[in-house]
Amino acid sequence: MTRAKPEDDEYWNSSKFKAFTFDDEDDEFSQLKESKRAVNSILVDEDEDEDDVERVSWSGEPVGSISWSVKETASSIRSGSEQSFPKIDTTPSLSKQGSGYSLSSLFKAKSKPVTEAFRKIQATYAPELRKPKSDGKDFVSDLSPEETVRRMQKGRPFSLEKFRSLQDKLLLLDEAVAVYDGNVITAVSQILFRELMARDVALRHYVHYLKEMGEQKLLLMHYKEHLNIKDEGRRRDFLKSCLSLPFSQDDATHVQDHYTLLERQIIIEASDKKADAEIFKKFPRKASILNMPIITTLYYSCFYHYGESEGTFSSPSNIRKTFRISEKQYILTALGARAKLKSWFDVDSLFNTKNWLGYTKKKSPIGFHRVVDILHKNSAPVQVLQEYVNLIDDPDLKLSGALKYKCHDVVINTYRDLKDRQQLIVYREKLERDSPEYRKIQELLNNVQIRWKN
Amino acid sequence: MLISYQKKNKKKHHHLISSQLHSSLQKELLQFLLECCVGAAEPFYHPRRPHEVFLNPFCRPACQHRCKTRSASSQVYSAVQSVVGSLHMAHTEWKDAPGLPDFSLLKRLARDQLIFLLEQLPGKKDLFIDADLMSPLDRIANVTILKQHEVDKLYKVELKPIVSSSDQLCFLIRPRIQTVKWISDLVNADKVAGRFRRYKIIFTPQKFYACETVLEEQGVYGDVTTDEWNFYILPLDDDILSLELPEFFRDNFLEGDQRWVTTAGSALRLLQSVYGSFSKVYGIGRCAKMVYESWRELMEDGEQRTRQPEFAKVFLVDRDVDFVTPLCSQVVYEGLVDDLFRIKCGSVEFGPDVTSSDKSIKVMLNSQDKVFSEIRNEHFSNVFGFLSQKAKNLQTAYDKRRGMDIQQMKAFVADELKGLKQEHRLLSLHIGASESMMKKKTKQDFQELLKTEHSLLEGFEIRECITYIEEHINRQVSMIDSLRLLCLLSITENGLLSKDYRSLKAQYLQSYGIEHLLTFANLRQLGLLEEQQAGETLTVMESKVGKLVNDKTVGKLTDAFSSLAKKSNFRALSKRLALVPKSGEEYDLRVPRDMAYVFSGAYIPLSCKLIEQVLERDGWTGMEEVTRMLNGQEFAVTGGSSSSEARSKTDAQRIVLVMFLGGCTFSEISALRFLGKERGCRFIVVTTAITNSSRLLEALLDNSA
Repeated sequence: MTRAKPEDDEYWNSSKFKAFTFDDEDDEFSQLKESKRAVNSILVDEDEDEDDVERVSWSGEPVGSISWSVKETASSIRSGSEQSFPKIDTTPSLSKQGSGYSLSSLFKAKSKPVTEAFRKIQATYAPELRKPKSDGKDFVSDLSPEETVRRMQKGRPFSLEKFRSLQDKLLLLDEAVAVYDGNVITAVSQILFRELMARDVALRHYVHYLKEMGEQKLLLMHYKEHLNIKDEGRRRDFLKSCLSLPFSQDDATHVQDHYTLLERQIIIEASDKKADAEIFKKFPRKASILNMPIITTLYYSCFYHYGESEGTFSSPSNIRKTFRISEKQYILTALGARAKLKSWFDVDSLFNTKNWLGYTKKKSPIGFHRVVDILHKNSAPVQVLQEYVNLIDDPDLKLSGALKYKCHDVVINTYRDLKDRQQLIVYREKLERDSPEYRKIQELLNNVQIRWKN
Repeated sequence: MLISYQKKNKKKHHHLISSQLHSSLQKELLQFLLECCVGAAEPFYHPRRPHEVFLNPFCRPACQHRCKTRSASSQVYSAVQSVVGSLHMAHTEWKDAPGLPDFSLLKRLARDQLIFLLEQLPGKKDLFIDADLMSPLDRIANVTILKQHEVDKLYKVELKPIVSSSDQLCFLIRPRIQTVKWISDLVNADKVAGRFRRYKIIFTPQKFYACETVLEEQGVYGDVTTDEWNFYILPLDDDILSLELPEFFRDNFLEGDQRWVTTAGSALRLLQSVYGSFSKVYGIGRCAKMVYESWRELMEDGEQRTRQPEFAKVFLVDRDVDFVTPLCSQVVYEGLVDDLFRIKCGSVEFGPDVTSSDKSIKVMLNSQDKVFSEIRNEHFSNVFGFLSQKAKNLQTAYDKRRGMDIQQMKAFVADELKGLKQEHRLLSLHIGASESMMKKKTKQDFQELLKTEHSLLEGFEIRECITYIEEHINRQVSMIDSLRLLCLLSITENGLLSKDYRSLKAQYLQSYGIEHLLTFANLRQLGLLEEQQAGETLTVMESKVGKLVNDKTVGKLTDAFSSLAKKSNFRALSKRLALVPKSGEEYDLRVPRDMAYVFSGAYIPLSCKLIEQVLERDGWTGMEEVTRMLNGQEFAVTGGSSSSEARSKTDAQRIVLVMFLGGCTFSEISALRFLGKERGCRFIVVTTAITNSSRLLEALLDNSA
């Protein structure tokens, strides 16, 4: 369905997005660094003028801001441990006039001229505040649904007393819905719902009806309840109780997985909490494994329980099988865990495959450039990185990987194979003088047998 | 030296300044032009092409002004005059960008009402503030003002027991049931302890009946007085107004709760009564329609004010009309800062990695920041060049000190030093921020991520994209990014093939937790992440039938089909509106040719394109197919202001208010600013909140209690 049209090809081969890359080797970035140096090197007299620089508290909030002040109150409560109540503020209050300080006097005090328009607006808004909201209290109970909803919208007195019959209530609700006022809709629905609540049997029927309708969202809301259960044993039991609910086939599998996962995690946690194997001493656990996602559990198991037989719940192979984890996903996770432990031997064996002649060859369901990336993020030594950089299929990716991770041999050999003398010279300049790599390039450049292309 | 400017017909015009100008003078001229053009309108200058400068005609007045006030050497002066002359030609074709109304009035209005409400509870009182109201409150008032009105201590609402010795408690909160329940509990606890206090709840922006019912049910109705603080709109900048209601999005679009519809209507009414009425209202979306209705009702009810309108056109748009745009990675400076550091209420906190010190700083990001205001709308790739140019200029300005005598030095300190210091501070901040963003983005292989996004937008190499997303999930990298890519895939492809949907969902749950089941249900409900249904096969049938009958019938058929299966139709929309530029030529991000520059030239935001088209056509005529694919709900109404007045050629006619219901991104704001410059008009964005991909998706997560 996504067959490319010829112009698409042309478009993608063009360099529309090439102008700029998020790559810190880019010269734009070095330019930025340079500007930073330049700006920082400008000497500024150290006496900061007070009015220029915003005064900020330790947390960075401007002093005097409301957020800052709230934090201050909070910290004064915490620090005042000898008193059960916070200290009464003894700093002089700014308002000595007390309650006599009214809105109108504030206006007079304003030095800025108040525009005519503003005064008008003030006049329209402010008096409304002062207007008593009690006009005609007696007749509010005789209003039509329409009038009642209007009154509710405007915050005037109203009464829902009159709407006794279901018919009337529904009329009222229809009217509320018609004016799109969510505030009023909720208010009216509330009275309807209260009726329903008052009839427990009716309510139960209704809830059951919703369930029978197979309301998936409702089922999921029920499932979500497990998040409110703190105790893992009770949480597990709750999840178990969810298994019988009529989830869609797809979701039922996931809920089943969730229950199985927590059940296993509880078993693993109980035994690992008191485990004294070497690995636990060398790398003490930072957190419990309870309620972690499946992949995190797999990573944990590859980290602490690698090589255990499939029969144990905590073994990677058991987890892989139980939760139907794809090969790609498994390799990625195991690679991450073993690389973190610097078990390069384990890393190697993840990719080793024997062909029919008995030779070992490295194969991977994920691109080797990705493998190198993960190894690098786990600070693998250059020798290890080099081996995997060499396995990258795509020549461009291989060269950029080699450059990125400073695998000099791979870079030098690639340029040699490309007969690119110029690039070799450029690369030599980046190397330390008289390092083995430097000498290697030197030798190549002196080699008269190579027919350079440039 | 080449001076280029853009004429209205969008052709580049070049103005060659005689090359006999000495190179040092050329430098001075360039310096001069850059200095006076920035701020008025961005010039485009690239350090790699030092002899070329691209000017926007709008900078002519600034040039002329600078020429008069600043002594330049006579040669440079005449050169500038000649540039100004040719710019004048271009400029007369353009209209001056209209000035914007003064929105600080809204702040004063809100502040004064708050003061009035506080005075309704005379005497000393402790004030409890909802956490998400603190920053908005900070923008309009400060502690001094609150203290002046006898607020003793300030607390954040934390839904925990309180420690307060005050006899009067005032609560400044959003109308949320949970908060009201907490207050009722406090009141009841006081009653049990035999303690007498006065309580006042100030709901903002309005109170809900549901909240009052809670007070009634908890038996504290008479003990607590309630009030409303109609703080509907917070101006975040000269052209950004926010309702600061992030929950609007989930409440309205996911829960189907219309409680905020009247709030949005009231916000519009407020704008109308302060700044005058509108001549024309356009909109698209279910919620937009309801907001318009609610606003109309409110206006019919109130007195008609006849004022010279300060803006004339309004465009209302629902967030669910365009989900693609907020799901894309932002690459315009302001958007990128928001994606990485989260701008909160117009302010951002830069950590030690930016400040190169051990403390964090909070910075206001708006047009007051002279450095920021010049780079905010730029594609990130242009920012470096700009900042280094600025750094050089600054260096030159400081260097002037050398060789000054006392008198000159005195003048320098008095006139320039403060400005330079300020600029120095801002410049080092933004350089630090750029550097930190660059590091972060390099670390997460941003280039590859962007490539995938662009492929999805174009519908190209979808299999490769799926593999990339799968690996992203497998490696447990950012949970939100994985979800974002899944949603982009689903919307652009009109849903996922069943086997892909199931496999990707299963892998997602394995990597990030099975409790995300509910998140998937939410996304499905909103049409953000869907499995292609049997209904999809209708599309095939539809096109087959379409060949047999005429266009009109196809339209009717499509209507019938789309009511059966809610589809995003992104691909068809993109084709019809030319959202993905097809040209093979290189997109020069320094000289954007359309709004696509906000996404590196790969995509024009759908929302902004709709606005452009409707304004151009003065309605929806000719866009029937587009609106049908967007599930209809479009409208265009001529407003109440008298037509003769509306026809008059005032600035107001060129100010367009765009209201985003459910949030708007900084990329969209940048795109609209660009559009405004192109068309000689100004856009004012009113949004329920500023959003981005993370905020949008986080609002739909349901993986915690």
